[in-house]
Amino acid sequence: MATHTDSTESQDLYGSSDDQDATFTASGGDWDQVVEDISAVGEERIVVNMGPQHPSTHGVLRLILELDGETVREARAGIGYLHTGIEKNMEYRTWTQGTTFCTRMDYLTPIFNETAFCLGVEKLLGITDQIPQRASDIRILTMELNRIGSHMIALGTGGMELGATTVMTVCFRERERLLRFFEAVSGLRMNHAYVRPGGVAQDVPAGALDLLEDELVDFRRGLREVESLLLANPVLRARTVNVGHLSLTGCMALGITGPILRSTGLPHDLRKADPYCGYETYDFDVITRDTTDAYGRLCIRIDEMWESLKIAQQAIARLRASEGQPYMVEDKKIAWPAQLSVGADGQGNSLDHIRKIMGESMESLIHHFKLVTEGFRVPPGQAYVAIESPKGELAVHVVSDGGTRPYRAHFRDPSFNNLQAASVLSEGGLVADVIVAVASIDPVMGGVDR
Amino acid sequence: MPEDKAKKDAVAEVETATTHGDENAAADGKNTIDRVNAPLATEDQKVSSTQIHETGAGSVSTLDPEHSSPVRMGERHGMFGSSLGSDTSGYGQLVQAIYYPGASERPYGGYFDEVADRLEEVLAEKYQQAVTRVVIDRREMTLDVPPEHLRLVAQTLRDDPGLRFEMCSGVSGVHFPDDVGRELHAVYHFTSITHGSRRVRVEVKCSDDDPHIPSIVSIYPAADWHERETYDMFGIVFTGHPGLTRILMPDDWPGHPQRKDYPLGGIPVEYKGATVPAPDERRSYT
Repeated sequence: MATHTDSTESQDLYGSSDDQDATFTASGGDWDQVVEDISAVGEERIVVNMGPQHPSTHGVLRLILELDGETVREARAGIGYLHTGIEKNMEYRTWTQGTTFCTRMDYLTPIFNETAFCLGVEKLLGITDQIPQRASDIRILTMELNRIGSHMIALGTGGMELGATTVMTVCFRERERLLRFFEAVSGLRMNHAYVRPGGVAQDVPAGALDLLEDELVDFRRGLREVESLLLANPVLRARTVNVGHLSLTGCMALGITGPILRSTGLPHDLRKADPYCGYETYDFDVITRDTTDAYGRLCIRIDEMWESLKIAQQAIARLRASEGQPYMVEDKKIAWPAQLSVGADGQGNSLDHIRKIMGESMESLIHHFKLVTEGFRVPPGQAYVAIESPKGELAVHVVSDGGTRPYRAHFRDPSFNNLQAASVLSEGGLVADVIVAVASIDPVMGGVDR
Repeated sequence: MPEDKAKKDAVAEVETATTHGDENAAADGKNTIDRVNAPLATEDQKVSSTQIHETGAGSVSTLDPEHSSPVRMGERHGMFGSSLGSDTSGYGQLVQAIYYPGASERPYGGYFDEVADRLEEVLAEKYQQAVTRVVIDRREMTLDVPPEHLRLVAQTLRDDPGLRFEMCSGVSGVHFPDDVGRELHAVYHFTSITHGSRRVRVEVKCSDDDPHIPSIVSIYPAADWHERETYDMFGIVFTGHPGLTRILMPDDWPGHPQRKDYPLGGIPVEYKGATVPAPDERRSYT
C-alpha cells in the first residue's frame, strides 16, 4: 500500500521531525490533548492508493481512498487491469466458439456466462422453444451448483480479507466437491465451455449424478460448518453488521442487482421475475433480508446456497427421469455433429463418428467440415437476454449481421455495474470497512474488465 | 406477400451482382469469374433452407410480413453464405444484402402497445420527433430515439408511473460503418421491476464525424460506468457526463478498440512446423 501526502509537504504524521507534537496514539494519554490534536490534523486529507495488487481488494481492483484519519471521505474504484478484450475477440470466432471465450469472463461463474450467451444466440436464431427439456435441466443443475461455488468463494475470500483464513479453507474445500462433478461432466473444473448454442456439449455421463449425490451429502455438512463458523461469530458480526449500507433507492439509481438489492428487502430475482430455462417449474424461494448491510448479504448468500441445493435436488430427479433424451437441439445445422469421448490419447471426437465420416458417409464428412470450420449463420438482428447470476443481472446483448460470427457481443456483467456502488458503500465509514463493503459486492475482476 | 417480395429482392440482388458485373473486369485480369459459363439458377438447384429460415427467427422476425418491412443495412461479400441462388461453390464471389428488422406497425403485441401508448400520451406532440421508429423483433421492443430527445425519453421512461423503467441495465455500443451518417449506435436497456420485469431498448445513433450523444447519468446514475465504457470502446462522447474518461483501456491509449476499423491484432503462431496466422488474418467464412 503506497501512501501519498498532500502536495503541501511535511504532513506525514509519523515521519516529520518538526511536527512531533501531532503524533499521538489513542491508548492512555491526555485526552484533551488528543482531541486538540485531532482538530489540528482535521485539515489533513491523505490519499491512499490501495491496489491493484493487494490481497484484500478481491483481485486487481484499485481503490483510491481519500482519508481523514481513519474515516474514508472519498473512495473511487479504478478498474481495467484485467481487460482482455473478450468481446472484441468473440467477433472473430464462430458463435459456438464464443462460449469458450465468454466462459472466462467471470471465472467463478463460467456456466452463467455460457448460458447467458447461448440464450442470446438461441433467441437470435429463434429456437428458444426448441431447446430440449433435458438440456435446460442440465443447464439449471450446473448453474445452481455454480451459484453455490461462487457464493462459497464470496464467503471464503470475504472471510480471508477479514483475516479469517479458516473460513477460506473450509469454503474452498467444500467448493471442490462441486468442481469434482463439473470435472466429471465437462472435463474441466473451470472455464467449461460446456453450454453451447442449442443445448449442452455432451450428456451428463453415467455415474456423474451418483457422484454428485455422494458429494452433496458431505457438502451439506460442510455448508452447516460454514454457517456455524460465520453467522454467530461475534468478530464477524462486529465487522459486518451495519457496514456497507445501501438503501433500495440507492440500488435502483445505481442499477444494483443480486444479493445487494435483495438485502434491501426487495425480492427481485430474474429466476422468478423473468424465468428462463424453465425455472418457473422449479420450487424454490427468493431470499431477502432487510438489513441493507454486509451481514445481510452474507446471510442471503448462505440461504441462497440452501435454495440452490433444493433446485439441484429437483434437477437431479428430473435428469434421472429423462435419461437418454436429447440434450441438443434437433436441427442438424446447429447441433455439433460429433460426440465427445475419452480415447487413449485424451478427450476427442468419438471414434464411431470418425469412422462414419471418414469411411461411410461423404455427406456427413462435408457436413462436419462445414459446421466445424464455417459454423452456422444467425439471422440479422439483436437480442438482449438477462439471467440471474450469483452476483446479479448478467445480461448479454448480441447483434448479428447474418454471418457465422457475432457482429457484436456485449456483456452486462453484474460486478461491473455493482462496483459503481463501492464509493457509496464505503464513504463516511472507516478504512477497514472498505474491505468489508467491497467484499459484500463480491466483484470478480475478470467479469468487470472482460 | 411482402415476405416473398423481400426474398425476391434479395435473389434479384444476388443475381444482379453476379451477372451484371463489370464486363471489362475480366480483361483487366482483376476478375476471374467466368460469368458466361456460370450455371443459371433453377428451382432444383436452390440450396435447401435450414430450419432457422423455415420456422425459426429467419422466417418470422427479420422478414415478418405482418409487422415490419426489413431494412437494408449493408451487404456481405465473400465466398460462402448464400442460401439463395445456385452457386454453392463460393467461387462466384457472392454479394448478398443484409436486411435488419425494420419499423413495425401496430399492434405490437404484449406489453409493447401499452408502453408505446403511454409514451405517446405523455410526450404528446413531441412523440413523433422523439420516437422515430419502433421495431418489434424477437419479442423485444426497440425505440429509435434521436440524440437530442434521448434525455426527454429517458426521463419519461423513469418518472412516469405507467412506464416506470426504474433501472438502466446498461449501455452497449455497436459500430455499423456502412450505416452512413449514423455509424455509431448506443443501445440502452431499461428494466421496469414495478411492471414485472418489462424491458425496453432505446437505440440512439450518431455519426462518426460528430459522435456526440447527451449523457443520461443525471437521470440514471447507473449509466455512469457504462457510458464511460462505450466512450472508451467506441469513441462516443456523452456530453454532460460528470467524468468521461477511459475506464478499461489505459488513459493514454490511442483509438477505440471495439470499432470495426480497429484491428484485432495478434501475431502468427508456429505450431508443429506450420504457421497459424493471427485470428483476424485467417481465412474467413463470414
